[in-house]
Amino acid sequence: MYGNDFGARAETSSDEPRSFLDLLAGDDRVEPRDEMPDAYRRTLVRQIAQHAHSEIIGMQPEGNWISRAPSLRRKAILMAKVQDEAGHGLYLYAAAETLGVDRADLLDQLHNGRQKYSSIFNYPTLTWADVGAIGWLVDGAAIVNQVPLCRCSYGPYARAMVRVCKEESFHQRQGFEILHTLSHGTPAQRAMAQDAVDRYWWPSLMMFGPPDDDSPNSAQSMAWGIKRFSNDDLRQRFVDMTVPQAEALGLTLPDPEIRWNEERGHYDFGEVDFTELFEVIQGNGPCNAQRMSHRVRAHEDGAWVREAASAYAQKQAEKQLARTEGAA
Amino acid sequence: MTTLADAGLFTYVLGLADDALVSAQRMGWWISRAPQLEEDVALANIGLDQLGQARTLLAYAGQVEGAGRSEDDLAYLRDEREFRNVWLVERAQTDFGVAMARLLVFSAWQRELYAALASSSDATLAGVAGKAVKEVAYHLDHASHWVVRLGDGTEESHARMQAALDAEWPYVAELFEPVDAALVAEGVAVDPVALKPAVLTVVEEVVAEATLTVPQVAPAVGGGRRGLHTEEMGYLLAEMQHLARSHPGAAW
Repeated sequence: MYGNDFGARAETSSDEPRSFLDLLAGDDRVEPRDEMPDAYRRTLVRQIAQHAHSEIIGMQPEGNWISRAPSLRRKAILMAKVQDEAGHGLYLYAAAETLGVDRADLLDQLHNGRQKYSSIFNYPTLTWADVGAIGWLVDGAAIVNQVPLCRCSYGPYARAMVRVCKEESFHQRQGFEILHTLSHGTPAQRAMAQDAVDRYWWPSLMMFGPPDDDSPNSAQSMAWGIKRFSNDDLRQRFVDMTVPQAEALGLTLPDPEIRWNEERGHYDFGEVDFTELFEVIQGNGPCNAQRMSHRVRAHEDGAWVREAASAYAQKQAEKQLARTEGAA
Repeated sequence: MTTLADAGLFTYVLGLADDALVSAQRMGWWISRAPQLEEDVALANIGLDQLGQARTLLAYAGQVEGAGRSEDDLAYLRDEREFRNVWLVERAQTDFGVAMARLLVFSAWQRELYAALASSSDATLAGVAGKAVKEVAYHLDHASHWVVRLGDGTEESHARMQAALDAEWPYVAELFEPVDAALVAEGVAVDPVALKPAVLTVVEEVVAEATLTVPQVAPAVGGGRRGLHTEEMGYLLAEMQHLARSHPGAAW
């Protein structure tokens, strides 16, 4: 899961190697050993790291329901789903490492607040239906954002996204299925489903980032082939995809302005109020502090384990060396 | 109509199912809290295997009972006194050393159990065990590696791993409590008593390689197989069951 980022200073580059420009012009992939501008590298590190951080912070809101999943089948699916998010984090940190950074450093930057994660995860999962709404809407929005990244100019990121997108598509279907079961269940289950959709709809639209005329990074990212479509185009695509699905679920979306526009060939929808989103990004969302303290605590509680693993590996390496020298 | 023999089999299968279910419930806690990302993935995998074993066994228990109870009815609608799992698996495990000490013992026991149960005269149990034995062999391998790394890692990890083993050891004995003798005689159930030497040998080898010592502690009283649990079990079930119980008759 991932949303477009906000507010970071736009990077531009004036000194771009010929070989790099040729790769972009031919719509080829830039690989780790290819020459690339520093600003391109920094932009990718920032974006991939934020994406990886989003995956691992995103484990928390859904992980919140593993112990309480209402059937064993749902529990198994949810455990597998949250496990997938950890797996996505792993591929993405590995993709970032091809750019010459280190996973441990990126995690430090997440923990000290210098790097961000997607703001959607600062909303709480209050009921079981929220697990469905996250799968359907949040993973749905993530897919719309991420499918174009499968054609991103940077090879390792593009390849990681191919695998991530396949799994996200499964996640979205399981979310839809949870909500479908609830909306066709008891009145209480139906109300639970509607309430979750009411709470997650607008934050999901915000995942596409600020409007195009207020998106500082977009132009450069598009020129570099990192970004393929504008925030507003992607948001529209998501709305067009989701409105018929809501009808199939028998649930309403909390926006009275949604209607089909024959002329545009798209659904019209109400204006997104970004005031709340900026508050959440500033750290004032419902769960910002909780998500960070959970993550930092897991990291700190695990320090002795990681230290032991390296100490053990070093001892083994020394023993191996002693054996080799002894044999020589 | 449940016969006396069926009642014995029902209880036996429930014991195995509840061990796996409660263990999976505790393992799920670790997902998003592991010391490193690879371990979130691994512990989720292990929990999923255990949950899968629990589901098959619970479904079978329901079938043996013949009262129309599903895996979910048995998992969500039984009260604490009807759960048959051992104490080893039900207590909180929020320390990684404790989690690995427990998994070492539990998976070593499960591996011997399932290996023997794979030739049970009960075809269903034999089938479940034949599949599960491969899964738990991986769990044992995983736990063994961690116990060795932590035991033979740093001074701190050595002390913490030893403390974890000491804390889990009183609960080992309950795994070997006898079960229904008639089921054992018929070749349906495996006699836990017979598993003890092999399980302890495996565990003790790992403990020795980890430069740790086998704890010399008295066994806890136990009682899980008779439906008597620790105080922690009530909270585990309250959390696991509350949503399903709050919506009687609902499908999810």
